[in-house]
Amino acid sequence: MLKILKYSFYDLIRSRWTYIYCGFYLLFTLSLLWLSSDLSKVVISLMNVVLLLCPLIATMFGVMYYYNSREFTELLLAQPIRRTSIFFGQYLGVAGSLSASWLIGTGIPFILYGVFGSAQAGNFFTLMLVGVALSFIFSGLAFLIALNNENRIKGFGLAILVWLFFAVIYDGLLLLSLAWFSEYPLEKFSLTASMLNPIDLSRILILLKLDISALMGFTGAVFRKFLGTGFGMSVSLIVLTLWIILPTLGIRRVSLRKDF
Amino acid sequence: MLHPHIIKTLTATAFLMMAVALQGRVIEVCPECPVSSISEAIELAQPCDTVLVKKGTYSEGNILIGKDLTLFGEGNPILDGGGNSEILTIHSQFFHIEGFTIQNIGTSYTQDRAGIRMKESQNFTIKNNRLLDAFFAIYLEKSKDGVVENNFVLGQAENEAGSGNAIHLWYCENIIVKDNHLAGHRDGIYLEFVDNSRVTGNIAENNLRYGLHFMFSNDNFYHHNTFRNNGAGVAVMYSRRIDMFQNVFEKNWGAASYGLLLKEIHDSRIEQNSFLENTVGIFTETSNRLTYVRNTFAHNGWAMKISGGCQQNVLTQNNFMSNSFDLAVQIAGMDNNYDGNFWSDYSGYDLDRDGVGDVPHRPMKLFSYIVTRTPESIVLMRSLFVDILNFSEKVSPIFTPENVVDHAPKMKQTSGIAQGAETPGPKIDPAAKPGHSLTQNALTIK
Amino acid sequence: MITIHHLQKSFGKNHVLKGVDLAFDKPGITAVLGPNGSGKTTLIKSILGMVLPDDGNIEVAGKSVRNRWEYRKQIAYLPQIARFPDNLTVKELLSMIKDLRGKAASDQHLIDLFELTPFLGSRLSNLSGGTRQKVNLVLTFMYDCPIIILDEPTAGLDPISMVRLKELIENQRAAGKTILVTTHVMSLVEELAEEVVYLLEGKIHFRGSLKVLKETYGESSVERAIASLLEQQKNTPAFSSNGQPAFVTA
Ligand SMILES: Nc1ncnc2c1ncn2[C@@H]1O[C@H](COP(=O)(O)OP(=O)(O)O)[C@@H](O)[C@H]1O
Ligand SMILES: [Mg+2]
Repeated sequence: MLKILKYSFYDLIRSRWTYIYCGFYLLFTLSLLWLSSDLSKVVISLMNVVLLLCPLIATMFGVMYYYNSREFTELLLAQPIRRTSIFFGQYLGVAGSLSASWLIGTGIPFILYGVFGSAQAGNFFTLMLVGVALSFIFSGLAFLIALNNENRIKGFGLAILVWLFFAVIYDGLLLLSLAWFSEYPLEKFSLTASMLNPIDLSRILILLKLDISALMGFTGAVFRKFLGTGFGMSVSLIVLTLWIILPTLGIRRVSLRKDF
Repeated sequence: MLHPHIIKTLTATAFLMMAVALQGRVIEVCPECPVSSISEAIELAQPCDTVLVKKGTYSEGNILIGKDLTLFGEGNPILDGGGNSEILTIHSQFFHIEGFTIQNIGTSYTQDRAGIRMKESQNFTIKNNRLLDAFFAIYLEKSKDGVVENNFVLGQAENEAGSGNAIHLWYCENIIVKDNHLAGHRDGIYLEFVDNSRVTGNIAENNLRYGLHFMFSNDNFYHHNTFRNNGAGVAVMYSRRIDMFQNVFEKNWGAASYGLLLKEIHDSRIEQNSFLENTVGIFTETSNRLTYVRNTFAHNGWAMKISGGCQQNVLTQNNFMSNSFDLAVQIAGMDNNYDGNFWSDYSGYDLDRDGVGDVPHRPMKLFSYIVTRTPESIVLMRSLFVDILNFSEKVSPIFTPENVVDHAPKMKQTSGIAQGAETPGPKIDPAAKPGHSLTQNALTIK
Repeated sequence: MITIHHLQKSFGKNHVLKGVDLAFDKPGITAVLGPNGSGKTTLIKSILGMVLPDDGNIEVAGKSVRNRWEYRKQIAYLPQIARFPDNLTVKELLSMIKDLRGKAASDQHLIDLFELTPFLGSRLSNLSGGTRQKVNLVLTFMYDCPIIILDEPTAGLDPISMVRLKELIENQRAAGKTILVTTHVMSLVEELAEEVVYLLEGKIHFRGSLKVLKETYGESSVERAIASLLEQQKNTPAFSSNGQPAFVTA
């Protein structure tokens, strides 16, 4: 698997798209840091970007890479290599190269700017972590979708739909249901619902640092327990890990049953 | 900024005190001295004398003082209440107390015990003392023309009912509360029916309720204080003409927590203060004709929540930077003016480069309204969906009050962020001599 | 070497293999023939474990291939369509496969044989179809495997390469390999194959030597024999009542 991972990774980091992706983050972060002296503002802007772009690009890259390397996959499938190794290797290659782009593109400017030792170091780490987690989760989902759909157009459409669902539609539905049932106690519901969407989950991880002042304004006991202590952070991290594991298990399951 | 008549009185006080130090006798008290108790020394003292208390622990219960004296502690003597007694109760026309550690007053649910109580007194200075584990630390009642300066007060308050205030003023006038460090009490400084007074350079932190609390007090001025991590920073209620200048309100977190709570206060000025990382920077209710100018609000949950009944308030030249929400105006139809502020999330442009954004800014977001109605929806903060909602509301307001608009948003922030009080803790100089100290005192009060 | 028992495979409603029984136990070349879409590639991929059978069993060297991968070390496979990662050069691809299979390979002589040296540094995406096919051939033959499976090996090849390929296959036969080839080039079958398997509508219609094939249909060439096989198939039911292929001869 490591060998496949290595080749997929090299294959991708030599791709022009990876450079564009990485370059975008680099430019974006640099110009944000250039324009705004307030590091926390930069973190907020980047948060919006990471929550939107990381999943989107991971989804598209995942699907594209899968379809583009289809014949190559077949070549590998005929070799004496375990099936799961091939797909895990490729998946990790995609997720890894995306994460590397993200880490390099945003990390370097921040480090040059001296984020370590500043008050924003914690936020910065959370941001980095969330970007990596989202890259893994969504490229995993993309692989899963592509594995399940021979038809590229259909696979691509479905992947974008999944992204759209998690990025926008889910929150809309959540807000509607919160407004609809506002007479009932909704603390547990709202927290659970946010856990079930990896983008929301990542967002909350960042909010826990960034907007703790506002979040502390709530009286409910569940909220206070969740937000005020390390409890929320730990639960979020655990669920985020589950979110990475789940698509991986899906990939394993489907790849073991699929014809090529 | 200082009201002129305060200055006049205080200068007079200082001169009088110098006279005391120069003319009176000195009675020394120490455990091995001929006079070994403070009560005895006070018994012996003539007006204008100085009682010089040397290093040692004095457990004399409640010491009553009805003379005009200087009470000076040398080498930081300790007055211990044994956990069940008020310590100094003073009724005097000229009084100076300095250099003591006063401790173990003990909680009482029946009487308001204090470390130092000034009763119907005037021309007094309470300076450079440490008050530890007090119920009420410094209690001024029906007094005037006094200074409370550079005291360090640390309590162990656990709940509001079982704790008193660090500095408590009741029916007072012309008092200066200056450079004190107040922690672990119910309120840091409490003023009820107090007029023409000044609170400056204090640090109030980790108090259960408020760092500073005004009730029914008019014509006061507080400036250069820091209020940190209290239940709420400062509450100003039922008062008029309170000027607030260059204070720092920070890290006041909690469900009912504010940097500054304004309730039925009118005709006041809030200028150049910093509100940092509070759940709510300013909460204001039924307060009219207030001017908020050149304040900075950064990293608060809500920079300002404006509840009902607030009219003719003016917000201008303030900086709103990276708050979760800048403004929540809970009722429509109030005629407040929001023009000319800097909003860090202003997205307009300034084509004519006059420093004023060409597009009006709506600081009240739809999501702020939603969260007020359905608090649990806070989990959706900063989500793309919410951003889209906010945007559409910005384009055509439906839910948020239409007149909450900055017609001339500034492109650059206003400079001059409040420094607050910087030095934590008192600077008690154990070697200080009374006369020397009084001279200093006279110099400090300008 | 390879035994296939009652292999069934459908893709959705498309029932591609309807119970195939086959055994390749002797060294030599077998041509797997059949019209487009008859399931040749599917059959081959089943052997390689790329297509998972719905029913039936495949054994290679006496062991079932289900959920296993090590047996593929014994198989050299030339896929029907050759496409490779776009960013790689030929050289990188070769070293990569070598890296993955981890066994010493005799690629240099093959590179010379197909005159690929000038292309070693080119990216695979820039190669013509024929050149790619040559790369494909190198990849296949550089391992010394007892089983060789070639799916349409002649696609896009120029005459010279074709000749080289034939020589190559001949050599492998001489080395005692079991070789399966699918192709639509009948001259290749004629020249090389000892045996023919004819797949039609998911079943084996004919299995036997070239000679028997020609004799059965009374034709002089494979092409004609196949044509009359198809002709006959239209007129008579292809299968006897016991479900056995009609023209299987040993
Ligand atoms: N992975 C697959 N999914 C769905 N249908 C397939 C797949 N592979 C092959 N088929 C179908 O199976 C039939 C046999 O294909 P194939 O084995 O490639 O035929 P041949 O190689 O004999 O031309 C064709 O109808 C083809 O469309
Ligand atoms: Mg085929």
